[in-house]
Amino acid sequence: MRRTLGIATLVLALPLAAAAQLKTITLPPDHPYGDLKPGPGVEVTQRACRACHSTDYIVMQPRGDARQWEAVLTKMIKVFGASISDEDAKAIVGYLSTVYGK
Amino acid sequence: MRSPRREFLRTVGGLGAIVVSAGLLARSPRALAQQADPILAGRPLVRYPEKTDLILLTSRPPQLETPMTYFDRAITPNDAFFVRYHTFPVPTSVDVGSWRLRVTGLVDRPLELSLNDLKAKFSKAAVTAVAQCSGNSRGRFAPRVLGGEWGDGAMGNAEWVGARLRDLLAAAGVRQGAVQATFEGLDKPAFPSVPHFVKSLDIRRVMDDPDVIVAYQMNGRELPMLNGFPARLVVPGWYSTYWVKNLSEIAVIDHVFEKFWMKPAYRIPDTPCGCVEPGTAPKNTVPISRMTVRSFIGTPANGARVVPGRPVTLKGIAFDGGYGVREVEVSDDSGVTWRRAQLGPDLGRYAFREWDAAWTPASAGDYTLMVRALNAIGESQGYEPLWNPAGYLRNVVERVTVHAG
Repeated sequence: MRRTLGIATLVLALPLAAAAQLKTITLPPDHPYGDLKPGPGVEVTQRACRACHSTDYIVMQPRGDARQWEAVLTKMIKVFGASISDEDAKAIVGYLSTVYGK
Repeated sequence: MRSPRREFLRTVGGLGAIVVSAGLLARSPRALAQQADPILAGRPLVRYPEKTDLILLTSRPPQLETPMTYFDRAITPNDAFFVRYHTFPVPTSVDVGSWRLRVTGLVDRPLELSLNDLKAKFSKAAVTAVAQCSGNSRGRFAPRVLGGEWGDGAMGNAEWVGARLRDLLAAAGVRQGAVQATFEGLDKPAFPSVPHFVKSLDIRRVMDDPDVIVAYQMNGRELPMLNGFPARLVVPGWYSTYWVKNLSEIAVIDHVFEKFWMKPAYRIPDTPCGCVEPGTAPKNTVPISRMTVRSFIGTPANGARVVPGRPVTLKGIAFDGGYGVREVEVSDDSGVTWRRAQLGPDLGRYAFREWDAAWTPASAGDYTLMVRALNAIGESQGYEPLWNPAGYLRNVVERVTVHAG
């Protein structure tokens, strides 16, 4: 499957080389499928998590108890440096383990 | 195979009728086949730049999954190829005029290569190879594990054309004492605390392997932005975590790189199967590397309806970590009996191998169709899924259920 390409391919590639030098795309906004369900603490959870990523990251996870979500919060804070106060972290774990709990 | 999925398939057995009645609407069969899968149910089909309708995993950073209907053929179209980024923002604009690939570190002559340099100064190499996310099918792990909850569509096969990595490194002149090379793309996280996505490979690994390339062409065209424009690393046989997209820097170093995305991320248990007892933690881990043997049925779709007595062609793909698929077998009776499928053209040992098999449902009822592959060194697929805490290496025998009637 490794091979040197034939002349035909090289010739075809020439017009491409002359094409536009700049390539730009525009990404759509966060899709509503990832919106968090309502519940006490949803605002602080949204604010903290959406600073770095869409909340479909939460919605797609297996449901879990406070221990699971505490571990997630710890990873976000310790590994990814999320700026979340202890008080907010507690509220977020409370929200997630209730609304996305077992 | 674990029972929850089987039970689910039974409960949605009636869905087949809907699939057929909606068959004339271009988008509906794919959307409905998707709803028949407990992991994909509820996920929207979305259309991103340079992409066709793909299944949304996450919006930001973008992660998009290829619908299973594309896996009835060997080549995955560029616009249907899955997307996986780790951090946000992701590159959305590249000026080819100013883009450079830098080769730095423990080298005699640091390089700054333009796209034209890559194309003109190095001989062209082509390899047809499967890119598969380490966590492909993670959503099917039992017990469930946290992470990107992919179905089976975080994979694709393309013909990649580019410059050999070893030629670039030779041009730069790798110095004595070099141990690894690191690879970094244009994706830079918004917050400095978030680890950059940087991967590493042993120098020996890349100097010995002429198929590791810096690819600037995918299926005869430039790479879509979300698949790594203008160039990405291609490491045939190895999980695509190493296939760094929107590549911008290669650095030769004198040690084993162990920052976040190499350690603790993307590691598997240091056991022969890469697995541990479900629900337990491994004692030692190593970086994930070569892909395990897998095979899939692309058509008929899960939940499809077929007609008793009327022949159907089962079609799909099989692949492994670079030894090549030797044999594919199918079963229509939950694995009691197996028969050989016909293999399609050989596109090389790193590629999807197409297969097909004629099948006629004898009578009305539900059929569980299964497929398994054997590679050139005798590796195959098991009936019981292997487990590890990160949800990697899945290669259990897969199945789809179709309803005849």
